[in-house]
Amino acid sequence: MKFKLLTLLALISFTFLSCGGEKKEKPSYATSKKKAVKKSTAKKVDINAVSLDNKGIGPIKNLTLAAIDEQLVAEGKIIYKTNCSACHKFKKRYIGPALKGITKRRSPEWIMNMILNPDEMLKKDPIGKALIKEYNAPMANQQLKESDARAILEYFRTKN
Amino acid sequence: MKIILKSIFLFVITATFLTSCAPSDKKNNKGAISGNAAEKVYVAPGELDSHYAFISGGFSGQLSVYGLPSGRLFRVIPVFSQDAEKGYGYSEETKPMLNTSHGFVPWGDSHHPDISQTNGSVDGRWVFINENNTPRIARISLETFETEEIIEIPNSAGNHSSSFVTENSEYVVAGTRFSVPFPQRDMPISEMKGNFSGALSFLKIDQETGHMNIDFQIKMPGFSYDLSHPGRGKSHGWFFFSTYNTEEANTLMEVNASQNDKDFIAAINWKKIEEYVANGGGKMQPANYAHNTWNDDTHTATSVMKKQVLVVEPKDVPGAIYFLPTAKSPHGCDVDPTGEYIIGNGKLAASMTVHSFSKMIKAIDDKAFDGDAYGIPILKFDAINYGMLNQPGLGPLHTEFDTRGNAYTTFFISSEVVKWNVEDLKVLDRHPVYYSVGHLMIPGGNSRTPDDKYLVAMNKITKDRYLPTGPEVTQSAQLFDISGEKLDLLLDFPTIGEPHYAAGIAAEKIMPKSKKIYRLDENKHAYGVQSEAETRVVRKGKEVHIYMTMIRSHFSPDNIEGVKVGDKVFFHVTNLEQDYDVPHGISMIGANTSELLVMPGRTATFTWEPKEVGVWPFYCTDFCSALHQEMQGYVRVSPRNSKAPISYTLDGDIPGEEEE
Repeated sequence: MKFKLLTLLALISFTFLSCGGEKKEKPSYATSKKKAVKKSTAKKVDINAVSLDNKGIGPIKNLTLAAIDEQLVAEGKIIYKTNCSACHKFKKRYIGPALKGITKRRSPEWIMNMILNPDEMLKKDPIGKALIKEYNAPMANQQLKESDARAILEYFRTKN
Repeated sequence: MKIILKSIFLFVITATFLTSCAPSDKKNNKGAISGNAAEKVYVAPGELDSHYAFISGGFSGQLSVYGLPSGRLFRVIPVFSQDAEKGYGYSEETKPMLNTSHGFVPWGDSHHPDISQTNGSVDGRWVFINENNTPRIARISLETFETEEIIEIPNSAGNHSSSFVTENSEYVVAGTRFSVPFPQRDMPISEMKGNFSGALSFLKIDQETGHMNIDFQIKMPGFSYDLSHPGRGKSHGWFFFSTYNTEEANTLMEVNASQNDKDFIAAINWKKIEEYVANGGGKMQPANYAHNTWNDDTHTATSVMKKQVLVVEPKDVPGAIYFLPTAKSPHGCDVDPTGEYIIGNGKLAASMTVHSFSKMIKAIDDKAFDGDAYGIPILKFDAINYGMLNQPGLGPLHTEFDTRGNAYTTFFISSEVVKWNVEDLKVLDRHPVYYSVGHLMIPGGNSRTPDDKYLVAMNKITKDRYLPTGPEVTQSAQLFDISGEKLDLLLDFPTIGEPHYAAGIAAEKIMPKSKKIYRLDENKHAYGVQSEAETRVVRKGKEVHIYMTMIRSHFSPDNIEGVKVGDKVFFHVTNLEQDYDVPHGISMIGANTSELLVMPGRTATFTWEPKEVGVWPFYCTDFCSALHQEMQGYVRVSPRNSKAPISYTLDGDIPGEEEE
């Protein structure tokens, strides 16, 4: 019986192959499984720890901060209110983490990358991955420009 | 096990015959589907169609958006009928779109979509569609795929020969199929003859905004103006309307309107009339019609009643209007891409009439007239006729063209599409359709530059083509590949309503500018808010206005108290998202209306009149995130005599309290 089945299977495969259709490689489930294993053994990240070396993943590679620019702060405050305050407060944990003192905990690059590229940050950045685990709700991509994110960062610098 | 084996065996056999390597079997009766048809319509997962097809929703009142060649339905754009799924015609903002001189009308009979043009080619700015029952034309934005404007046509009934555009979208036209007293008055029906009129309306299109305005109405004799098409190229500046019931019968029309051997195509020199009215010609007459416009800044429609319209009498503009005798009761009136040939699809005639534009101009110069009808000169048939396509099939309805000099005509009675050469007047190929085809569409078909790879035939009857669904079965379209010499049937696909006509366009003309979100900082809705800190609840007598926001995945505020039985509660809901494809919905138990579906950055409003005390939930209706099920809130309703003040919170705080 087993033999017959195998013959049939072979016949089926032959039927499909003989059509000369493009042969596409099967997705490699094995590879993704391996990755998953790696992930589960990764070191647990403390989301409250100070981590100024991690610049995150996204368009912002290196940023040097000067003295606080009050005009930029005012701009950032408005943009923050419209785009961020539905999910963040400063002193209180809300949908996302409380933001007071964020510039003491995270690098400026990391903060801007989180605003500009949240989907990838939550998937790949070690802190991002730990944050989504803790807060459940993924951070929304509000389609902000780099200059918007920079202004928000300036506002955050006054919220320590 | 035996059964399984047998099934596998059967499957193998079947697969062998059905896979693309099986030899094509021309002898089967499935419409001679050629061997590689499946390949030609297969759009693999993740890949995109090459064309958009905007297919009329017919008596659904809407406009559907399909992809070609896959025949997949992407969206139904609500136009003339309420659509509870999208809140169209239910939300406070969209209700004015369906206002008419007869009040709010929840339904319409949409017919002929046509895409705006620049230099004789479809440009993908707007698609227009007419409504037959309550005469109207709508304009739909091809950035938002939403209805932006609806204008009613006064002095008209059965707006059928519409809504076709000229080659630079100077005008979109409307025409009367059911002639009526103009203006309406109380008179015996039997005295119709000579006393009814058929208005042909020319609506000027603002090239910046797309806004339509009735520039003039021509008060034509009381015939039935059935379909129309613009001149193009050499005949640009003219518009052609087919007529039937030149008998002016008012009863048992199927007999009494089919007496004359020839009816007319009315040729209108609109450039001449445009000039005439620009120089003060025509007479402003009292009228009453609705002009409804959508504003994308305020996310709100307004309806304005217009009180007059400019009327032009044909006798006052000599040389602008002629009648072209055309074989019996022509339905479609189609102009080829060069603008030279005007085709009358005489649905009761044995032959199809092909008129020549250059001969028509010469006949006018030569005054080759054969009398007149109500003062409008009738051109001599022989002086204008290029030739006849003899006995091509039974019941020709509509013709479209390719760029190679060929025409494709649908035949309703003999259920076929016939390909013929316009200059040679010779039939080249014919293909059965299933069944009783009405319109057909080639992308860019009503233009100088048809995109002639595909042809879509839209059928009136489907009978055995799909799984039965009770007495009412699906409407249907059939896709042909016309790039070769022979018509190649590729695909059947179901459509909504009755698919009267369609308009097609290459995807790349629309895709890049398709809108993704509405910017919050550009939201000028009267009840919109910019952040949660602005959300609030305000009582104004018996009205309660909730300024609410939504974002993945909560409402602000989500606990509201102080509402009383007998209040009218307005939910003004702003979607704070600024990301693509994240609409939120909202509905409230006991609200006698539809849900709202609010796009990112938009504000929309529904009303709820609570009738019972209690604590009543509302929730998000469109799955928005992993925490969608948690996206809900409560309103406490107290008795009418309660002294409870309005209060509202989110997570125990007044929204935004902590921030300042």
